[in-house]
Amino acid sequence: MLSRCAAAILGALLLVPAACVPAAAATIQITMENLEIEPAVASAKVGDTIEWINKDVLVHTATARNGDFDVTLPPKKTESVVLKKAGTVDYYCRYHPNMKATLKVAP
Amino acid sequence: MFVRMSAAIAAICFLSGAVLAQGAKLTDPQIAHIAYTAGEIDIKAAKQALEKGHSKEVKQFAQDMVRDHEAVNKQALDLVKKLKVTPEDNDTSRSLSKQANEKYAELGKLKGAAFDKAYIENEVAYHKTVSNALETQLIPSATNPELKNLLQTGLKIFQGHEQHAEHVEADLK
Repeated sequence: MLSRCAAAILGALLLVPAACVPAAAATIQITMENLEIEPAVASAKVGDTIEWINKDVLVHTATARNGDFDVTLPPKKTESVVLKKAGTVDYYCRYHPNMKATLKVAP
Repeated sequence: MFVRMSAAIAAICFLSGAVLAQGAKLTDPQIAHIAYTAGEIDIKAAKQALEKGHSKEVKQFAQDMVRDHEAVNKQALDLVKKLKVTPEDNDTSRSLSKQANEKYAELGKLKGAAFDKAYIENEVAYHKTVSNALETQLIPSATNPELKNLLQTGLKIFQGHEQHAEHVEADLK
């Protein structure tokens, strides 16, 4: 009985903080495969994490045209960045500038 | 001097275009050989640039070429092994190599900024020629779907390198 009670209290404690936190930050995955960035246009919010997954045997980069980020992605590796600024950012791969995509970051 | 050089480059582009555009349908073993040779040629040119190149940007570009083409050619070798295809030498591969050797000798006589300029100009032209051959001849002729896929990726790599080379070329001016 006591332990059931404790479990209920514990459960309530766990629930409350979760409900109080604003929208939880999300992780958005973007893949680079066969020199295509998918999705080509991704939407996110400030605080979200972008995870670029490089499935190619080549090194790629995610280089923002406005200088917001410049991430190097070794072959078959994943790298991530936490978004700090709102705005629409066009980015490309420095080694293969025909790889282009857009990230829309809401406040 | 520059005029003569661009005329020479134009002649080479014209030649390789003609060589690659000619006639009979290529087989998968021949296509694999041409694609592999095209990569090897660019690796050799890049190694020359790593030795003789002047600017940091040109050397970095050459390093990128070695890295990418070695990675893709390894993929190509793995694929032909898996498909049990033996790449077959052919006239197109031979003329590509012959022209590349001539270019190699020509660039070998240049130094410093003149070398950088000629190397990057040739990289733009060479990647353009190979992209065109992949698009109009090699990809349409390939019958094995996995080979076709790899060639399609190869096309995007060559197109990407062409744009990269154009950026470097613009920075040199």
